[in-house]
Amino acid sequence: MARVDINMQVRSANGSIAVVSLDGEIDVYTSPKVKDFIGKLIDKGTYTFAIDMQNVRYIDSTGLGVLIGGLKRVREHGGAVTLVSTNPQTRKIFDITGLIKVFDIYDSVDEAVDALK
Amino acid sequence: MMQAREVGAEIPEIEVRIPSRAEWVALARLTVATVAARMHFNVDEIADLKLAVAEACTNAIQHARESDEIVITCRIYDDGMQVIIRDFGIGTEAERIRSRDLGEPRVGGLGVYLIRALMDEVEYSVESDSGTVLTMFKRLGDSNR
Repeated sequence: MARVDINMQVRSANGSIAVVSLDGEIDVYTSPKVKDFIGKLIDKGTYTFAIDMQNVRYIDSTGLGVLIGGLKRVREHGGAVTLVSTNPQTRKIFDITGLIKVFDIYDSVDEAVDALK
Repeated sequence: MMQAREVGAEIPEIEVRIPSRAEWVALARLTVATVAARMHFNVDEIADLKLAVAEACTNAIQHARESDEIVITCRIYDDGMQVIIRDFGIGTEAERIRSRDLGEPRVGGLGVYLIRALMDEVEYSVESDSGTVLTMFKRLGDSNR
């Protein structure tokens, strides 16, 4: 079966910072789930995110769109988003699309959280 | 610009048809990745192919109205792989195949840009009454041939 899925978890770090861990593949099938997950956190008043993508094996433009959409929403509330990824292919996609200038990408969750303080 | 290439019985061809729905895009990209691995593309090149194919299928699903299926064809050449993505949607919008300028980040519109960035040759053929054909080619690195 070709169906892929994505597992998502959230924990709080330093009070107002949410660490969202994504595990799986983010494509046209799974990105609505990620959008919904992050969107609900924003609806509840969380505007500062460290998104851990170390276990994301694949991301396409629909996944990038979700991240951009989330960033725009939190910025309206003075929030911010940092990313965690050491995957060379993921970094390459951010580089090609110019999003490397939009998102700060760190090698560890600790660094991504520290940058938000 | 797409280079003219020989087509025929001597050119190995693998074809897969998927329903034009999001949950089947993974099958398309995994099929192409499997063919690419047998051709000895390296890991980075396979990742490029997977993403380009997924973007093309996603584009077809999101924009090709009344298209029930997508046909993915891989042709194996000595110097690389040609991938043809065909949908049967009507009223294809020109906007769909336009690569957007990068600037202010916005949701959507990155797919075609990525396809053009990741593949060596890309050509769209749009038929308003019979769908869209995207033909793209990825060259094998010299060390992989």
